[in-house]
Amino acid sequence: MSFLKNHKQLFTVAFLFFVALTIFAAIMPALDNQARYTPLPAAEPLSEDARKGKELFIANGCVACHSQQVRNLEMDKKWGGRPGIPQDYAGMERTDIWRNTATLMGTERTGPDLTDVGNRQGSKEWNLVHLYNPRILVEESIMPSYPWLFEYKNMPAKDDVEVSIPDEFRRSSRGTLVAKPEALQLVAYLQSLKQVSLPEDMEAPEFLYASDKNRKKSTKISGGDDEEDDMLEGEMLYADHCQSCHQPNGEGMEGAFPSLKGSEIVNGDDLEKYVEIIMNGYDEHEEYGPMSAVGTIAEFTEKEVAAIINYERNSWGNTGTTVTPEEIKEILNKIQSL
Amino acid sequence: MNHKITFKVLLTCGLMISSVVELFAQERSFPYSFTLESPVIIWVLLVFFVCIITFFSFFVNQKAAKMLSQEKQRRKKGVEEEYKQFYLNQLNVQQIKRLLSIKKKKNILSWILVVLSVMPFNIYAQTDSSEGITRETIFGQLPVVITILLILIPIIFAIVFLFIKTKGLLSNVEKNRRYKDAKELAQFLQEMPAEKIEKDLVEKEKSLLYTLRHDELSGAAAPKDERGILKVLGSPGSPVVSPKKRAVPRPKVNPELSKLVVWYLISATFWLLFGTTVGEYIGIKFVAPELDSASWLSFGRLRPVHTNAVFWGWASLGMLGLAYYCVPRVGNAPLFSIKLGWYALHLINATVLLGSISLMAGVNNGGGEYREYIWPIMLLFGVALGLTLYNFLKTIAGRKTGEIYISNWYIVSAIMFVLVIALVAYLPFWQKGLGETIVQGYYMHQGVGMWFMMFTLGLVYYFLPQQLNQPIYSYSLGVLAFWTQILFYTVIGTHHFIFSAIPWWLQTVAIIGSVGMVIPVVAGTTNFLMTFKGAWFKLKDSYTLPFFLVGIIFYFTGSMQGTAEAVRTTNLFWHFTDFTVAHSHLTMYGIICFFIWGGIYAILPRLSGQEAPQITVGAHFWLALVGLMFYTVPLMYGGTLRGLMWMEGGNFIESVTFMAPYWLWRAIGGSLMWLSHIFFAYNIYKMVIVRHEVSIVDKAISELEKEN
Repeated sequence: MSFLKNHKQLFTVAFLFFVALTIFAAIMPALDNQARYTPLPAAEPLSEDARKGKELFIANGCVACHSQQVRNLEMDKKWGGRPGIPQDYAGMERTDIWRNTATLMGTERTGPDLTDVGNRQGSKEWNLVHLYNPRILVEESIMPSYPWLFEYKNMPAKDDVEVSIPDEFRRSSRGTLVAKPEALQLVAYLQSLKQVSLPEDMEAPEFLYASDKNRKKSTKISGGDDEEDDMLEGEMLYADHCQSCHQPNGEGMEGAFPSLKGSEIVNGDDLEKYVEIIMNGYDEHEEYGPMSAVGTIAEFTEKEVAAIINYERNSWGNTGTTVTPEEIKEILNKIQSL
Repeated sequence: MNHKITFKVLLTCGLMISSVVELFAQERSFPYSFTLESPVIIWVLLVFFVCIITFFSFFVNQKAAKMLSQEKQRRKKGVEEEYKQFYLNQLNVQQIKRLLSIKKKKNILSWILVVLSVMPFNIYAQTDSSEGITRETIFGQLPVVITILLILIPIIFAIVFLFIKTKGLLSNVEKNRRYKDAKELAQFLQEMPAEKIEKDLVEKEKSLLYTLRHDELSGAAAPKDERGILKVLGSPGSPVVSPKKRAVPRPKVNPELSKLVVWYLISATFWLLFGTTVGEYIGIKFVAPELDSASWLSFGRLRPVHTNAVFWGWASLGMLGLAYYCVPRVGNAPLFSIKLGWYALHLINATVLLGSISLMAGVNNGGGEYREYIWPIMLLFGVALGLTLYNFLKTIAGRKTGEIYISNWYIVSAIMFVLVIALVAYLPFWQKGLGETIVQGYYMHQGVGMWFMMFTLGLVYYFLPQQLNQPIYSYSLGVLAFWTQILFYTVIGTHHFIFSAIPWWLQTVAIIGSVGMVIPVVAGTTNFLMTFKGAWFKLKDSYTLPFFLVGIIFYFTGSMQGTAEAVRTTNLFWHFTDFTVAHSHLTMYGIICFFIWGGIYAILPRLSGQEAPQITVGAHFWLALVGLMFYTVPLMYGGTLRGLMWMEGGNFIESVTFMAPYWLWRAIGGSLMWLSHIFFAYNIYKMVIVRHEVSIVDKAISELEKEN
């Protein structure tokens, strides 16, 4: 066969075969995608700080451990309110002449997904402390520290952002720990990572593979008859939504997150204020960072709020009275009607 | 009796099969939404398992029956005498000697008892062999499937244990019988008249003691070797490892080419050491995250340094170095240009050097895996491959053979394809938004499959037949694998983004392509394994073939694992976990590295005339293999469980603490792998550095020449 003996023919055929398949499997779908989709109307372009923060995110290879994609799977509900769609990435373009587009979708989840982290963990104080050393806030974390984004200053300027950390984590015994502009930019980027809401005429794709077991679990949460069960659910919800700031021992962190242990709000009678804080956040004390609207973002039900409150009131030596979902329901209605 | 047993076996099997069929029917109405499409494997295993048990009980039954019938026969009169004569004839010299002395002492009985009494009296009451598998309907659920698989392993071990113990019990019964026989024999011997037995036994002893002198044919004089056929070997090799066959001396390769190849391999080895040292370091960071706090050494920056250095530095240079040897060789023509080869080498070394520095400095193309080098740096690599392609094409054009050997199909195609892949990945026209991700999926998988895999397969088609000294089993299978590899592999890229925002149809195409990969992989594996046919014995005499065999095995398992991972169901719990990391090491390390090492150990001795010490080659092989297992198995196991934890909706940080022991095992396995590379580097050193040893014989002759 001449074909097998003629290298020009053989290699040309193999080459064209490969190129044709490449066009079919990569180039054509990619071109089609970028022509078809535009960013969602509600999408906001990154601020200057956030843009620089994204560059830092890329430069430090954060994508090695953090994905930015919510798959249309039940198990990914944790990372966003809806599955990701092409429009979410449509606005992204080449960083500059040297560097390619970065959708940063990632292929590993050694750490949590960051698609919606701006909503989930929007606190600037938390993020700064966490970047300086993640183990200050999450003891088990294996994320690297980024101390080079911070510096110790003997005389911090007026507009310097001070970061307060426990003494044992300080790397220098002198000076005040101050965030460098890079740290603030990176945090600005993380804060900007929020899933954009869809326009009204658009329907989000479904989450697939919802298992009966999970559904059962969620109904079990609302069961609430069994007190022990209730406490367990409260502990789980606390671990998921509250613990990273207020810490597993409820003591928070001085200068950043208030203690819940012996807290007036937790133990006191003003249930309305308590629920209001859980749902809509809090920022009345100068010495602490603001709290985001944890409950609203996570779409807590009255039963979940009750479970959290009961857990907090019965832990770490707290002695508040137990609440029922009905009481909470009333308050939630009141808050919503405001 | 036998008929009865056969009937029983058939009946049991039939019952089992019918219950399996029944369970299949139940499985259809299974209430969970998450089920395996068909838990066939479980049932195959179950049937296999049942077969083992059936075989086992069959065996025990047979053995017992045999013993019973023997016992029965022995009870018959007349036979007993024959038995005793039989034992007498079986006596060996030692026994005869002892018996004779005993006979003299007239104290036979006690001695015989001592001779034959070596019986430990252990009775193992291990009879419960029922494995108790209930017929519940939860079998379709994946965690259960996995759990069952895991449980089956100890159960099978238990059965093996039971098997061994029962065999022990049976042999105890046998021993007891022999003990009884011994008593009877002793009695018989005692009653025998002394003169007769002595005469018989003395004669027998004499005949047994007779041996040849071993020089009956040759005589005692030293051999005279007029034609120089006989050679006296030196020392019999290292006492720790069995000596392997030495490399066959070949006619000298063009020293210029030889130098080029050697430098490619030295560069490759350097990048292997560099890249895996970085890998080892970041592996340790999973266990000790506060190892350092320098920005240049932070995890996110070093990870791409590791992957790119071993990809473009080690594996690519290693493959190219071997190709510079075998591309001209299979065409029976010299390399077109050695100079171009040197340019390519310098360019690739520059690529990896500049790339590593820039990544550590935080200059990064955008986060797509394996294309972290920015384009000006990757361009150097592209130019190098362009030069290589031109060089190889020209070499092939000048070949002296009619056909183009299959190796060169694979090698030249791999270079053409990687150029296309790099262009697609780095040209900006189709990379806005999700386009970037689609291209990324294409790029990272084509980089692996069309560059490393394709190229390495080409090398194996040359080195494997060469090392086995017999032709490749089937040229046609190689051709089939070639075209199907292009057809299926090209479309599978997006299987890294299943369930993402990438078009659903493209994901499906990728999954179909991944399943299609079964064809080239099975074709290739069959071809390589069949090439071993009739030459398996060479495996134990060779220190290169084990590398190839491991590579072939991982080629099959690693690639099939890739297919399994691509399916939507498995993506649920394997995607985003360390299972992927394990898979990439199983393939890039298990396949590519082992093949390259095999190739290097095959040709470097031919180029330099020197071999590496076999013990350090062995250390390299075993440390790499064992290390790889320690690295991958814990990550696969832990990764699977972590994925299941995510599916159950648990706390994320719990899944991090859960992985800690598996990450520790990974660091341990990684350390072994790293250690093996030190041995490899040492071997390279031993093969490459020419030592001018003083040959005593040469020296003596030249002394004589001087004198005369």
